[in-house]
Amino acid sequence: MHPARKQRLILVVLLVALSSVAVGFVTYAMRENMDFFYAPSAFAAGEVPFEKRIRAGGCVVPGSIVRDEASLDVRFAITDGEAELEVVFDKILPDLFAEGEAAVVTGKLQQGGYVRADQVLAKHDESYTPPEVAETMVNQASCQGDAKI
Amino acid sequence: MSWQWFHRLGSPRWFYQKSSAWLPWLGAAALLLLTVGIVWGLGFAPEDAKQGNSYRIIYIHVPAAFLALAGYYIMAISGAIGLIWKMKLSFVVMRAAAPIGAVLTFVALFTGAVWGKPTWGTYWVWDARITSMLILFFLYLGVMALSGAFSREQSGDKASALLALVGTVNIPIIYKSVDWWFTLHQPATLKLTEASTIDPSMFYPLITMIAGFYLFYAWVLTLHTRALILQREWRTQWVRELMGTSSAARG
Repeated sequence: MHPARKQRLILVVLLVALSSVAVGFVTYAMRENMDFFYAPSAFAAGEVPFEKRIRAGGCVVPGSIVRDEASLDVRFAITDGEAELEVVFDKILPDLFAEGEAAVVTGKLQQGGYVRADQVLAKHDESYTPPEVAETMVNQASCQGDAKI
Repeated sequence: MSWQWFHRLGSPRWFYQKSSAWLPWLGAAALLLLTVGIVWGLGFAPEDAKQGNSYRIIYIHVPAAFLALAGYYIMAISGAIGLIWKMKLSFVVMRAAAPIGAVLTFVALFTGAVWGKPTWGTYWVWDARITSMLILFFLYLGVMALSGAFSREQSGDKASALLALVGTVNIPIIYKSVDWWFTLHQPATLKLTEASTIDPSMFYPLITMIAGFYLFYAWVLTLHTRALILQREWRTQWVRELMGTSSAARG
C-alpha cells in the first residue's frame, strides 16, 4: 500500500476508535440515566427518590390486580423476581396490559412505598406466536419476572 | 500488488456502464421478493396471539430498521474508502446512501410509532432504542446537509465522510440498547446465535421481506449513484456523448 494511503487509513481508524471511546465513556458515565425505568428491586433498595416523577417497570404479578369499588383506582404489583412494587392507577389501562405481562408505569413514589402512576404502558416481549400455537403452550405468561425484562 | 481492479472500480464511468446491465435484474428481483413478502406477510401469515393483526407492521418496520443500520455502514465505509484512496466513486456512493438511509430510518420510526400506540399505549417514549434511532436519523440529515454545504465539492466529500465515520459509534449502541439498558422497546426477535422467538409461519415472510429490502436498497442506491455520477461528471466527454446520443435518439 502506498505510504500516504496507509497514513490516511491509520487516521481514519484512529478517528473511529477515539470517537467510539469518547462516546463509550460518556455513555458509561450516564449509565444510570440511560435506563428508561427503575426495577422494583431499586425501590426496595431505596435508590428511588420520593415525590419525583419516575418510571418503574416489571412483570405484573398474577392475581395482584384489584379494582377499587368506590373510585376508578386500580391497584397491582410489578416484580423483577427480587422485589415487588405496589402501583395505583386511575386511568384506562392499555389493551395489552395483563397479569404475567410486563408493564412500565410513570408516576411518583409515595411515602407508603407505592407508586401513584399517571401513565401505564404495556411492554411487549419479543415473541410472536399464532393463536393456535399459543394455546398449546404450557406457560402462557411470557414475562418470567427476570431482572432483565 | 495488483490493486488495479480496485482503482478501476473507482471510475464513475466504468461503474455507470457496468451497472446498466444488472440494474433491471436487481429491480425485478427486489420487486418480486417485496411483492411475495408483503402478500405472504399481510395476507397469509397467521395473526399474533396477543397483538392480533397490528403485529403485521413488523414486515415493514424490521426490514426498514435493518437497512437503516446496514445502510449507515455502507455510507460510512464508502466515505472511508473515499478518504483513504481518494476515490471519486466512493464519495458519490456515500452521498447517494445518505437520503436513502434517512428515509428508511424515518419509516422505521414512523411504523414503530404507529405500532406503539395500540401495543404500548403511546406513540413515542424517550427510551434508549428510540432515542438512538432518532439520533441516527439526524446523523443521516447531518451528512446530507454537510455534504452540500461547501462550494467545493471535494470539501463537502471530506467533511461529510468524517461525520459519517464518527457517527458509526451509534450503530452498535442502537443494536445493543435493548440489552444494555431497560427500554420500553423489546429485545431482538431475530437472533444470530440462538433460536428466534417468532413462529416459522411468521418468520418466512419476514425473512423474504428483509431479503427484498436488501435488494431494493441495492437497486435504489445504484440508481441514485448513477444519477449523481451524471450530475458530477456532466463536463466530461463521455457524459456529453451519452446525453447527446440519447437526446438525438429522442429527437
